[in-house]
Amino acid sequence: MSVQTWTFIIVGLTFALYIGIAIWSRAGSTSEFYVAGGGVHPVANGMATAADWMSAASFISMAGLISFMGYDGAVFLMGWTGGYVLLALLLAPYLRKFGKFTVPDFIGDRYYSNVARTVAVICAIIVSFTYVAGQMRGVGVVFSRFLEVDITTGVYIGMAIVFFYAVLGGMKGITYTQVAQYCVLIFAYMVPALFISLAMTGNIIPQLGLVGDVSDGSGMALLDKLDQLNTELGFAEYTNGTKTMTDVFAITFALMVGTAGLPHVIVRFFTVPRVKDARISAGWALLFIAILYTTAPAIAAFARYNLINTVSDKQYSSMPVWFSKWEETGLIAFTDKNNDGIIQYVADAGKNELTIDRDIMVLANPEIANLPNWVIALVAAGGLAAALSTAAGLLLVISTALSRDLIKMQINPNVTEKGELLWARIGAVFAVIVAGYFGINPPGFVAAVVALAFGLAAASFFPAIVLGVFDKRMNREGAIAGMVVGISLMLWYMLKYKFGTFDGGKDAVAGLKDGWWFGISPEGFGTVAMTVNLIISLVVSRLTPAPPQEVQDIVEDIRVPRGAGSAHAH
Amino acid sequence: MSSLDNRAKQYWKENIRYVLILLSIWFLVSYVFGIFLVEPLNAVRIGGAKLGFWFAQQGSIYVFVILIFVYVNLMNKLDKKYEFDEI
Repeated sequence: MSVQTWTFIIVGLTFALYIGIAIWSRAGSTSEFYVAGGGVHPVANGMATAADWMSAASFISMAGLISFMGYDGAVFLMGWTGGYVLLALLLAPYLRKFGKFTVPDFIGDRYYSNVARTVAVICAIIVSFTYVAGQMRGVGVVFSRFLEVDITTGVYIGMAIVFFYAVLGGMKGITYTQVAQYCVLIFAYMVPALFISLAMTGNIIPQLGLVGDVSDGSGMALLDKLDQLNTELGFAEYTNGTKTMTDVFAITFALMVGTAGLPHVIVRFFTVPRVKDARISAGWALLFIAILYTTAPAIAAFARYNLINTVSDKQYSSMPVWFSKWEETGLIAFTDKNNDGIIQYVADAGKNELTIDRDIMVLANPEIANLPNWVIALVAAGGLAAALSTAAGLLLVISTALSRDLIKMQINPNVTEKGELLWARIGAVFAVIVAGYFGINPPGFVAAVVALAFGLAAASFFPAIVLGVFDKRMNREGAIAGMVVGISLMLWYMLKYKFGTFDGGKDAVAGLKDGWWFGISPEGFGTVAMTVNLIISLVVSRLTPAPPQEVQDIVEDIRVPRGAGSAHAH
Repeated sequence: MSSLDNRAKQYWKENIRYVLILLSIWFLVSYVFGIFLVEPLNAVRIGGAKLGFWFAQQGSIYVFVILIFVYVNLMNKLDKKYEFDEI
């Protein structure tokens, strides 16, 4: 059977499964819509969190990025996993004990202030929208390549599916669909990895294959071979990066802290019955995530090796079928600069004849490695599962911010539960439409904006939540001042050094590199902005009155697990 | 000061101690081994990989997972000890 027939069958089956689950788990109350009724088993919640967390970026782009970045790719691997340690130790159990539905709920109540709540709502919406635009684009790309429809049609199909289970099922529908999506995406990620690892290193476990020898008869370790290949072509050694140590540190830290501050991740810990379940489900989530994240660097190394071996110094006319297929999408491009009909793939930009989009490394990997057609179709289904599950989780945060944090808590506190549920669904519809719009008309800076989302979360939420639990003396004035200064500083730095807004636009960006504070790139600046937030919060809070006694009592109460009821509305 | 307050204070103190110890390990494997000391550690090899590189792309993640499960275990015991466990 052809790749396309297989893709229709596998993608069709998985979509039928998601819709079936959505119908079975419709939400009937606001509690079910916001936090799945608070009755999700920790292992199921761990899987749902993992699927929620691992987006199109993790599934499709990450291994490709590492493949081209080598050692520097560690910023994503450590940055996007280490945050879960912070979540489990510093945030999840206390937020669960607090027992409300959203992050702005916590900020608003802990800092006894609707201003703080509104700042949090704005941050939550900005972070989630920037993130979701990238997801819908990912759906479009997968559809266009594997089902051979155009990207716009792909985005419409994706919107229809997400609409169905996010609007109908709320958190309950999303949670159980995400469990299924985790299974699909991890299976789809692992099958080609196992195949390729076995073929390339003789070891079926990719994590062991990565540290093993290449089975090409040379007896060399795979990573040494890659260092050698990279050096021959003029690239940096694979196991050594090109970024400075300060920058690697700053980016890793910003991603970790940003992860722990992302509202769509935090809200998952409201769905379990008890405080101890919140702790352990962070453990399960990270375990499920780690399966993919420890495989990704192996795939990256295998793909790099395969790519160089297949294309470097080879006749253009003898390239395999996948090469021309991806050329049609514009993601691989070959320009024969010296007209010798041979592909020169080298670091020197003047001589290099091949440009490869990093995103295709995972999608094309099974084809490059000559795996059977059903495996290629499986990867398409996995990419869709990853993108759809994350999109759904983000849409829920947006709809909740609208119906609960805005309508219920601020505009019309007397709204009935039925009315609130209706508003939540209207919010979800609105969010799906806006996300779809961004998917079809992507802002040219999607990738840049996603980095902004992490920086924003790090610079705003993280200190406010952690101090809210660990510093009883932290008050309204300190938290608001910290959040506002943190976000503003982050935004200013991104605008200046990422978009060149104050110096004549995009073209000026490269020249501004010398102006980076401490040599830290905009991606890593969340670390600095978060530190500034922390210091300002502490200083301002000590110069202004202590929080009222009842707030201090809340802090005492959330520090101990006993007495955590199910998440409640009042 | 009531005994409940005292109990809560002690419980919190021990919790903070666990958190500090575990976060030091978290910092050690990722930032120290994976970033600051990556060059010297790369002189050592684990299988076919340089150790610093391995910590940055593999080892730190394994340790993260273990850290959370250790914390869960410690805290479940602590909850029981101070009778703050959920019924």
